[in-house]
This record gives sequence, C-alpha cells and structure tokens, in this order.
Amino acid sequence: MKKLLAAALAGVMAFALIGCGSSKEETTAAADTTAAASTTAADTTAVDTTAAGGGATTVVEGKLIVGTEAGFAPYEYLVGNQVAGVDMDIAQAIADKMGLELEIQNMDFDGALIAVQQGKVDLVAAGVSVDETRAKVMDFSTNYVDSTEVIVVNAAAPAVTESSGDALADKTVGVQQGNIADLWVSNPENAAPGEIMRYTKFAQASEDLKNGKIDCIVMDELPAKELVESSGGTLVILEGEPLFIDQYAIAVQKGNDQLLAVINEVIKDLQDSGRMDEIIASHSTAQ
Amino acid sequence: MDWLKALYESFYNALIPEQRYLAYLSGLKMTLLIAAFAVLLGTVIGVVVAMVKVGSKGTKSRILKILAKFCGFYTTIIRGTPIILQVIIIYNLVFTSPNTSRVLVGTICFGINSGAYVSEIIRAGIESVAKGQMEAGRSLGFNYIQTMWQIILPQAIKNILPALGNEFIVMVKETAVISVIAVNDLMKMAQYVGSRTWDTIPPLVIAGMIYLIITMILNKIMGYFERRLAQGDHH
Repeated sequence: MKKLLAAALAGVMAFALIGCGSSKEETTAAADTTAAASTTAADTTAVDTTAAGGGATTVVEGKLIVGTEAGFAPYEYLVGNQVAGVDMDIAQAIADKMGLELEIQNMDFDGALIAVQQGKVDLVAAGVSVDETRAKVMDFSTNYVDSTEVIVVNAAAPAVTESSGDALADKTVGVQQGNIADLWVSNPENAAPGEIMRYTKFAQASEDLKNGKIDCIVMDELPAKELVESSGGTLVILEGEPLFIDQYAIAVQKGNDQLLAVINEVIKDLQDSGRMDEIIASHSTAQ
Repeated sequence: MDWLKALYESFYNALIPEQRYLAYLSGLKMTLLIAAFAVLLGTVIGVVVAMVKVGSKGTKSRILKILAKFCGFYTTIIRGTPIILQVIIIYNLVFTSPNTSRVLVGTICFGINSGAYVSEIIRAGIESVAKGQMEAGRSLGFNYIQTMWQIILPQAIKNILPALGNEFIVMVKETAVISVIAVNDLMKMAQYVGSRTWDTIPPLVIAGMIYLIITMILNKIMGYFERRLAQGDHH
C-alpha cells in the first residue's frame, strides 16, 4: 500500500515538474514576444509622442488604458463583449492621436475613479462629472458634454411629481454610488430625501423602481432615455426643468499635465470639427 | 514618520468626519440582524430537511418519499448555484412588493441558503449515531420522534457542533453579498465611505476588523458549548 502510494506520489510530482517545465518555456517565449512587441511599440510611441503626445507617458508602454463602467448607455455600454459608446469613441481618438493601442477596462464606477488616482489606468472616461472634491484628488480635462440630470419615476404610480430638489423630500431615491447624482442628493443643501439607495448598477435600480421599492432614480438624461425605452413604458422621465446641469470631463491622475494637454487638444478638435455631435448622435438610439 | 501621519489621517478620514463611524455602526447592525435571523431560519429549515431525508430511508410512506425528493432538489439547487445569484433572483422575482423589508429579504435569502448546508451537516450527524441506538429506543417503546429527539439528536449535535459553528461563521461573512441589492450592510457602508473619502482601503480594513471581531466572538461561544458538551464524555 505504501509503495503504491509512493509510486503514485512520484508520478504526480513528475507530472507537476513536466507541467512546470513546459509552462516556463511558454512564459519565456511569451515574455520574449511581448518584450519585442513593447520595444517596437515604444519606438513608435517615442516617435509619435514627440510629434503629438507632447512627452506624455502611459501606464503600460504602447497602450492607452481607459477605465470605465459599461452600464451607462449611450456614454458606455457593451456590444457583445466590447465596450462601445461616446466616451469610448473619444478615448479612441485620444489613442489614435498618440499612436497608442486602446485598452478598455470595465469596472465599477467608484472603482474606476480610484484606479486612475493610483495610476492603474491612464484615464477615466465614464461620464465623470467635474466636482470640487474630485478635483482635489484627480485632474480633469475640459468639459466635453453638458449633461442634464433628471428624475425617472414609475409611469403607473409616479411617487415624485415635480423635477426639483424639494420634491425629493422624504422620498426613497435611487442613485449610482459615487456618481454625481449621489453626491448631489446626498448634499442637504440640494435635497432632503428620506432614504438614498446607492446601487452599483442602474439595472438593479430600474428593477426596484419598476417594483415600486424606490420612488425615483436621479440620473443623467441620455442613459435615462435608454433606461425608459428599454422598460417598455413602465418608467418615465419627469417633464420639466432638469434637476441640475452637470459637465462631463475625462479624469487623469493628479499632475499628469502632458496627457491632459493631449486630451484637451483632442476634445477641442472633435468639438471644432463637429465630430463630437456626430459621435453623440450615433450612439443615441432612444428618442 | 510622514507615512505614519498619512496613515493616521486616512483612518481618521475614514472614521471621524461627517460622523462616518455611525455609518459603520448602522451597517454592523444590519449585518448582525440579517445574520442572526438567517442562522435561526437556516437551522429550522436544516433540521426539517434533514429529518425528512433521514426519515424517508426505508419507509413505505409515499408522502415522505415525495417530500424527500423535494428536499433533495432544494439542496441541489441551493448548493449548486452562487449565493449572489440567489439573492438577486429572489429579490427581483419573489420579493416584488413595494414594501419589502430588506432585513426580511436578507433573512430569507441567507436562511434558505444556510438551510441547505445545515441540513447536510445535521444529516451527517444523525447518520453518525449508531443504528443500534434507534433500534434500542424503538424496542423500549419510544416512537420515532421521541427516539430522534431524546436519544439520537443529543448525540448528533455533539458531533456536528464544530461544523455547525463553522456554518454560522460563514453566514456572517456571506451576508456581505447583500450589498448588491443596495442593502446598507457593513460591507456596503465601508464601500460608501470609500466613495466619499476617495481612499478605499482604510474603510475596508475597518470593516474587515469588525467582521474579524464578530467571528472571533462566535468562535469563543462555539468553543464554550463544545467544552460543555464534552463534559459528559468519559473516555
């Protein structure tokens, strides 16, 4: 019995060793190719950045890593397993300008804002609103879009009837955690909601609104339109003045001025050439 | 010493401004409420399911057989799917009423989940007691329930107490999953504080320490019961 066990153990170890050997070979081979790839990429970027990037460096050489939260159509959403949307087109334009390969990382919204501060991603393009407290810990590009924040309610039994901060008093309000709407409704100067439900996904918030578990959702108008459209008439956006207006910008790590300069240049180009409006129109399916 | 000062400041920020410590306390209250009720419900479900499963063996009763099939189906589904998925489905499909209490949803989700594991633990405990005990009880004139309650279960509980305690501890930690449906439990509140201070690690470390303290207390309590039950041993 013992002998058998020893033989079996030896077999397992030998197998493990073989496993190690081959995988090691593979990794070195992979490392070689990546090294080769990154040198060529670095060469090209070096050329390109002197031309257009203004000396901007990125987290990973040859790549522009963008953090986003793909639950915010039309700014960012999933097509198959690819992230698409207004912000992604802008990010692509920035990557093109710098001659880099675009890599999109899909994460939680509040997680993306942390990742950019820690230098894990180069920039966050996720409908990030410019806000004083945020500006202390990260740098913002120029605003690329004015966003209007609206109130979404259940069509059959609207619990909120007026698009104003006062109307939210004592209501149960759904928001995305860390989103500008969260910060806005959490500020007692703006509104005094009874309870704020902080979701990570709008999909769950909309499910709760359909079931009447919350009274309303405060969110950006464009994704709100998508949400209302996909709800098949069970949800509506409150008519009237928007709750508040807010500006989106791209966030980069504090002090990364070179990258910021390139981003601002790209945004200006897109706005001047009218490309920005085209991009927004191409992603907005809801009427 | 700069780093020490920075560390102090980030923990200070995670606790003191805007009375953030209250956020952890309210989260802790929610976590404890859900965990306590879930453990109770889980134990009740677990005992019933285990009884049905054990009782259905060798019986001719058709009702018991059907019940046992149903219980087997229940444990298969619950143990075979992730709890986060169960929570989202139960919350969105079953509890659609506007006035749903979130403590209730949490209790039921985690109670149902825990019940499946507890039932298997109890079944193993009952089956670990020698068959002769049941036979002896029955031949002395006890009926099935009496034998089970007075002879088998007291011996079974002693055997399964460590496993059961472990399940309770797991339950306390698992409740962190409830944050997906925006319930303000301890985990959610830690993430909330992180989203305000822009410094995620300190609130998570604080929440981690709180979870650790709860599980250590539970461990102590379990150890006490194990020692008490071991007093009857004479070998």
